[in-house]
Amino acid sequence: MSATLPEPTAAAVPASAPRSLFPFVLQLADTSLILAHRLSEWCGHGPVLEQDLAMANIALDLLGEARSYYQYAAELEDQGRTEDDLAYLRSAVEYRNPLLVEQPNGDFAHTIVRQFLFDNFHYHLLRELKDGPDAQLAAIAEKSVKEAAYHLKWSSEWVIRLGDGTEESRKRLDKAIATLWRFGGELTTPTETEKGLQATGLVPDYATLLPAMQAHAEHVFAEATVPLPTAVFAQLGGKTGRHSEHLGYLLSELQYMQRTYPGLKW
Amino acid sequence: METLEQVLTPEEQFQARIDADVRIEPKDWMPDAYRKTLIRQISQHAHSELVGMLPEGNWITRAPSLKRKSILLAKVQDEAGHGLYLYSAAETLGTTRDQMLADLHSGKAKYSSIFNYPTLSWADMGCVGWLVDGAAILNQVPLCRTSYGPYARAMVRVCKEESFHQRQGFEVMQTLCEGAPEQKAMAQEALNRWWWPTLMMFGPKDADSPNTEQSMKWRIKRFTNDELRQKFVDMMVPQAEFLGLTVPDPLVKWNEERQAYDFGEVNWDEFWAVVKGNGLCNHERLQARVDAHEEGAWVREAANAHAAKRAARGAAVAA
Repeated sequence: MSATLPEPTAAAVPASAPRSLFPFVLQLADTSLILAHRLSEWCGHGPVLEQDLAMANIALDLLGEARSYYQYAAELEDQGRTEDDLAYLRSAVEYRNPLLVEQPNGDFAHTIVRQFLFDNFHYHLLRELKDGPDAQLAAIAEKSVKEAAYHLKWSSEWVIRLGDGTEESRKRLDKAIATLWRFGGELTTPTETEKGLQATGLVPDYATLLPAMQAHAEHVFAEATVPLPTAVFAQLGGKTGRHSEHLGYLLSELQYMQRTYPGLKW
Repeated sequence: METLEQVLTPEEQFQARIDADVRIEPKDWMPDAYRKTLIRQISQHAHSELVGMLPEGNWITRAPSLKRKSILLAKVQDEAGHGLYLYSAAETLGTTRDQMLADLHSGKAKYSSIFNYPTLSWADMGCVGWLVDGAAILNQVPLCRTSYGPYARAMVRVCKEESFHQRQGFEVMQTLCEGAPEQKAMAQEALNRWWWPTLMMFGPKDADSPNTEQSMKWRIKRFTNDELRQKFVDMMVPQAEFLGLTVPDPLVKWNEERQAYDFGEVNWDEFWAVVKGNGLCNHERLQARVDAHEEGAWVREAANAHAAKRAARGAAVAA
């Protein structure tokens, strides 16, 4: 019997790619996908055509980013799963997105507050990741950070317009803040997995992101003439698979085709 | 010696320019009826892009793969973009987007009836791209040479994107037809529903199309409804055969003498019923647009109020 060498695989994982990054990359993927899904629900229903376009645009950026993460996660996992297997064929408790991004669109003010909280974290995170030690993650972040900078500009401008707009827009903004601010804290509260990766330096320490995030939020809220909410209890859970009730419904739509027609090519 | 301007009435000069294929531009003199016809046609086209986002938007959240989801979302977003430049083109004729939207919402302005049909399966995303965008392209390619400059220029870009949309629709169909039996059945079922409504997209028969003759004379339109419908059938029947699908019309047959396909009669009762508002989705499509507009009012007001405050502060600083 002759010994055979293992066949080289097409998508060979670079030797440096640490398998331990898998759950973190998957978390990034789920986060971008679920928020893209929510934003895409606006398509055709936006308050004005230009903003319909803007939200579809942001959804597309996030979807593209999610695909890059899923593809990388599939490589890291190396179990033969594809981007679609990861995105479509897991149960709700296996999704690792923070609670914030699965919250329903609500009115435009809710969508804006959700987006602002996410963008302010996302942009600052990507700025660190693009200079991080993992080459593939850095490359994805390098591409995405330019998009995220635009997203943050867009949502910041809308916080300002709604805060310093009309009495009604201010009332709606206040209500959205009261509903959603409690979900912002999860973004920068590391899970045990994240803490482990932060200790190795693969993932930035979120505490280092906070000053820039805080400074930006202070600036935007001052312009919006809205007091910046402080010391809100942080709802945690999504990143460890404990989701709100909203996720199940979202997934039943997202996964409908893959679940109804298993194993087919589309 | 008399110049042409002295001999010819403005109307005659206008027609002479049209006949010489010289583009009409916003500041040029034009007959009121020409202006009205164009506003009607361009705004109807813009509204179609806007309402057309809804049947496809219906499947964005359920698209079967990440790749398909990205393509579909990008396509629907393109349609919003088309709406935007078509509204802008219409505004050069002296109307406003607000006015056009008010006419859409009140039911005064029409949009393409095809969007009053429901999208019931993923294969509908294939059929909408392949058939509906295919029909739209046949209607629209001649508009790149239409006599009104801003409309013609907008259409050049629209057509480029539409032809990409059509290819992706065909590719969705092809993937289904090469897939599992249930996928092919899904494709055939969708074709059965979309075939006749797409033939209706070219409008009533020439004999029943009151605007065609004048529009042809003004070179707003360059082919009649029946001519375009024939072209469409001639283009699509071989494509359906290539896919292994059957067009749901037993009378479709190649006519050697005419070098074209014969085909059956469109159900004109259905056509007029949908035009008059009695299609399955007329009510909900229009209501979705009205709701988006009404629910967005406070957002638009906030943006305007904020812009006014900024402008006032800017003025105060400048003073």
